[in-house]
Amino acid sequence: MTDASGDRPDRPDRSHRGEAAAARSPAHRSPRLVAVVAAGGALGTAARYAVSSLAPDDTWPWGTWSVNVVGALGLGVLLGWLALRGPDEGRRREVRLLVGTGFLGGFTTYSALAVETQGLLAAGRDGTALAYALSTAVLGLAASLGGLRIGATGARRLERARSAPEAAGPAAVAPGEQP
Amino acid sequence: MIVLVVALAGGAGAAARFVVDGLLRARSRSAVPVGTMVVNLTGAFALGFLTGWLAGGLPSTAWTVAGTGFLGGYTTFSTASVETALLLERRQWRAALVNAVGMLVAAVALAALGVGCGQLLR
Repeated sequence: MTDASGDRPDRPDRSHRGEAAAARSPAHRSPRLVAVVAAGGALGTAARYAVSSLAPDDTWPWGTWSVNVVGALGLGVLLGWLALRGPDEGRRREVRLLVGTGFLGGFTTYSALAVETQGLLAAGRDGTALAYALSTAVLGLAASLGGLRIGATGARRLERARSAPEAAGPAAVAPGEQP
Repeated sequence: MIVLVVALAGGAGAAARFVVDGLLRARSRSAVPVGTMVVNLTGAFALGFLTGWLAGGLPSTAWTVAGTGFLGGYTTFSTASVETALLLERRQWRAALVNAVGMLVAAVALAALGVGCGQLLR
């Protein structure tokens, strides 16, 4: 009766930490949520593998370059959207973990970015290495910032559209400006 | 068929990232997102190591599954990038700089170190 999870009465360090710890409920300790991330990560990795097998890689690592910039945009849109839709719990947290941490996390890669840059440096192509690393970082950051705005704007528009029937009338007349 | 194995390895990598990041995040008070940074730096070293070690002639399938699959799923650029964007929005300039430029420079250096170590062990 004392254990909310029911089937694991022997689990340590749950009872004495109280409500605060329970409310934060670390997602990485939930086998189900870890599986959600793994499922998204598998799909994202497969998508990256498909893109990289299509992209020509001889002079510039186009595959990694494009997945990273596109993924940074996608994660910005997702997190910007979710942040305005409500607290990070329940369905919203599951979507974030499946699509964000899982799919887009697995779709993008930092290890390939580092090793490809190192490879260009080792081949004496310092200018290309610098251009590759810098353009990924700068475009990725711009994509993330833009994505966060796009996502937030979309969430606000949806909110407004949903409350429009009641709001349209009174809002059309500026309050406090009547003579 | 190999795409399936690569995908499974990527799923395992993403799960590992999620757990490592969660454990580190709970212990960190730094403005810099330490979890993602540790994941990306260790992943860059490991991929460098694999590259240096397997470059000789082992079947490229092993490299694809471990490198493209597991380490590709383990490390992430999108999270690092969005975390930098959020630091900029909060005007935490120094943390943003460390997270963007510092992590990239360190990752490339660790990748080079990894390649060197891998070549030594070949």
